[in-house]
Amino acid sequence: MLAKRIVPCLDIKDGRTVKGVNFVNLRDAGDPVELGAAYSEKGADELVFLDITATHEKRKTLAALAKNIARHLNIPFTVGGGIASIEDVDVCLMNGADKVSINSAAVKNPALIEELSLQFGNQCIVTAIDAKEVNGEWIVHVSGGRIPTERRLFEFAKEMESRGAGEILFTSMNHDGTKTGFAVEALAQLSNTVNIPIIASGGAGSMEHFEEVFTTGKADAGLAASIFHFGEIEIPDLKDYLKKQSIEIR
Amino acid sequence: MNLTIIDYNAGNTQSVIFALNRLGIDPTLTDDFEAIQKADKVIFPGVGEASTTMAFLKEKKLDRLIPNLKQPVLGICLGMQLMCAYSEENETTCMGIFDQQVKLFLPADQEKVPHMGWNNINHLSSGIFDRSLEDERVYFVHSYYAEVSRYTVATTHYCGQFSAALHKDNFYATQFHPEKSGKVGASILENFINL
Repeated sequence: MLAKRIVPCLDIKDGRTVKGVNFVNLRDAGDPVELGAAYSEKGADELVFLDITATHEKRKTLAALAKNIARHLNIPFTVGGGIASIEDVDVCLMNGADKVSINSAAVKNPALIEELSLQFGNQCIVTAIDAKEVNGEWIVHVSGGRIPTERRLFEFAKEMESRGAGEILFTSMNHDGTKTGFAVEALAQLSNTVNIPIIASGGAGSMEHFEEVFTTGKADAGLAASIFHFGEIEIPDLKDYLKKQSIEIR
Repeated sequence: MNLTIIDYNAGNTQSVIFALNRLGIDPTLTDDFEAIQKADKVIFPGVGEASTTMAFLKEKKLDRLIPNLKQPVLGICLGMQLMCAYSEENETTCMGIFDQQVKLFLPADQEKVPHMGWNNINHLSSGIFDRSLEDERVYFVHSYYAEVSRYTVATTHYCGQFSAALHKDNFYATQFHPEKSGKVGASILENFINL
């Protein structure tokens, strides 16, 4: 049976792994090359690398760093941060990425997703959506969560699916960094809205939160950063725990 | 060991190169006919869309070279699908090494498409698998699949049974990504190298 995936995420700024709370107050979490290799060894099912400064500083993804991480990885590797064109995706793939994550550019130019999925196949194209719940509405944000848009999570995810996205990485800005659990209700609704895999992001604080995101939240993958980087949860322990809860895990 | 990866401007070739490097192999990435023909082993990787990729292959006439190769050839993911006769993905005529069709997954029970993640391989029966790998999990990411046929040497269950791997003569192919399938995938690549 297809297994649920545990996905550590490396948020990169100036070549270092960082992690903040609610998208701000960044704190250093170590060398991304070392972290990536360690996660691969410990049984992570996939790795996501997001250059969180790429969009607003108009920088392209840190290709050389991605390459150094990929060299040591025998698991799938998604790269994101400021990707806005076929050329950007090409550079990521040439540097060892298996998938790319498109965030702000997908909101500004939804047709880009169509272009990219035709060129590279939809399995290669992840749409990352940062959304914040305000008065019961999930408002899509861009530029690392700094700028609210007119788009709403569910209709936007649906459009992304129809335009050829192969996967949705949904980060709840309300939950990100809080360690109080994932946005399971929104995730379940998202899972009922689209028929492509969903990576849940934002809020992981305990092993129970992962159990909840896979059962109530219906997510296909659970992503977390700081709890893995700072050793609060070890991936082998998490996988043992989830197996005991009868969740399909590699 | 002269291992050549076919360079056709599509696919995640860098991932395959890194996986081989970790096994101590330094592969050559090329689209040069002579270099490909002289190689001890050939890998035909792939991530992408069938019609775009077939167009590239035709442009470089690689669609005629690959079916006539005599050494062991390993097709991966889209590479495997293009080694079949036809793909429903944008109605693409493929190379026809394996005389069978590639179809779109039709979810029977709310399965999501693409089939993405780690799934089990069963009924293993080819030189690139050893029995200890039965029921191990490997990494898949695809929306189209090859049906179970006389060439099937590994199966996986998702929206029904499909071919996780095919084998005919010197041609081997995996739907999953051995280069991204942890230690299990590394041992499959190693078995191919040691054929």
